[in-house]
Amino acid sequence: MKQKLPLLIVLVLGIFFTIQFFVPSRASEVTYQTTLQWWLVMSSFAMVLALGSLINHHALKIKRRKEGWWNSWVTLAGIAVMGGLGILGGPSFRMGWANDAYTRLFLFVQAPMDSAMFAILAFYMASASYRAFRARSREATVLLVSGFVVMLGIIPFGAMLWHRIPDIAEWVMMVPNMASKRGILFGIGLGATATALKIILGIERSWLGGGGK
Amino acid sequence: MTMSTDPWVWLAALLSLFIFSYLYKDNPLFKFAEHLFTGLSVGYLIVIYYNNIVRSYLLNPVLADHRWVLLVPFAIGLLYLFRFIPKLSHLMLIPIAITLGIWNGIALPLTIEADIIRQMQGTMINTSMFRNPWDPYTGLAVGILIAVGVICTITYFFFSREHKGALKVSAHIGIWFVMIGFGASFGYTVMARVSLLIGRLQFMFTEWIHLIK
Repeated sequence: MKQKLPLLIVLVLGIFFTIQFFVPSRASEVTYQTTLQWWLVMSSFAMVLALGSLINHHALKIKRRKEGWWNSWVTLAGIAVMGGLGILGGPSFRMGWANDAYTRLFLFVQAPMDSAMFAILAFYMASASYRAFRARSREATVLLVSGFVVMLGIIPFGAMLWHRIPDIAEWVMMVPNMASKRGILFGIGLGATATALKIILGIERSWLGGGGK
Repeated sequence: MTMSTDPWVWLAALLSLFIFSYLYKDNPLFKFAEHLFTGLSVGYLIVIYYNNIVRSYLLNPVLADHRWVLLVPFAIGLLYLFRFIPKLSHLMLIPIAITLGIWNGIALPLTIEADIIRQMQGTMINTSMFRNPWDPYTGLAVGILIAVGVICTITYFFFSREHKGALKVSAHIGIWFVMIGFGASFGYTVMARVSLLIGRLQFMFTEWIHLIK
């Protein structure tokens, strides 16, 4: 029963929402919208679960004095301060000072760190590309040339070298790139369809835990 | 050269430098910034969830409009928290089953339509292509090139049969298209990261140390 009920729920809801797509009526649309609203309410508890796990992880790190435990305080303080200020300054409580502090924290602390964190990836991609792009074979050369043309095409320097480079870069993106992406998308589509069917029909059960047994 | 006197600008610049310090090696300043970033991001997510979902779809409809029926998804969502009670943790499977049922049911026809049928439609040669057969984007020649690219890319990922004869030729052409696609995606991603890096450096040189006016 512990596993049969969840499997039955997946089967019934899966078949219902597959059929719902093909029924163009107001009742069908209302059902769809209501379900989405209900699901959003329900899924907010998944967020609570994730938050609980994160707090638990850092609390244990502090309790056991693991290496770098003091940084766990920083994470917990960040959650409390940002979350608290955002809720107090939001439409529920409308505290102006909290909203001001929340906006400043977002603009001058979170957003710059977000950009910096992704920007350092540029250096790692450059070093990875040095290793991957060494034109050892014809295929690697194609990859190198394609990447180089696209990079050159979207910076002003490319147009300065030759005015047709941006056009070539756009053509590479729109024609051969699209053909390969379309082929890959077919595979993803077929894979996703097969997986959805396997889950709805109860063939794929690993989500139940215990290795699907 | 004058430097900024705004403490928030200093904070943003120093935290960006803490993150860039990882390029030298992992160090306590980077660890501090990394943990602070995690905490603030989670706090920000809590605020988004609270203001956009909990408040809009649960608190306001229940408390202001007395739509008590929304307590049903609230109660189902609470089952997620049984994860923390080992003897009753199987109850958590019910909201998971509902989520899987709804989203697989919705995804099944949508994936078939968007990733398979629409992509097939886009790949097919149509009569409009004959009007200007050599147009670099919409002409017949490009249509044939895209169709060949898609078919060859699919055959490259077709592993049910050994790549021999015609299949080998097709798969070999396919890998060229795949390499062009990966190269183009790589180039685009690198440029996105570089533009973030430029943004950070621009902020530091203009707003922080006023080196660029």
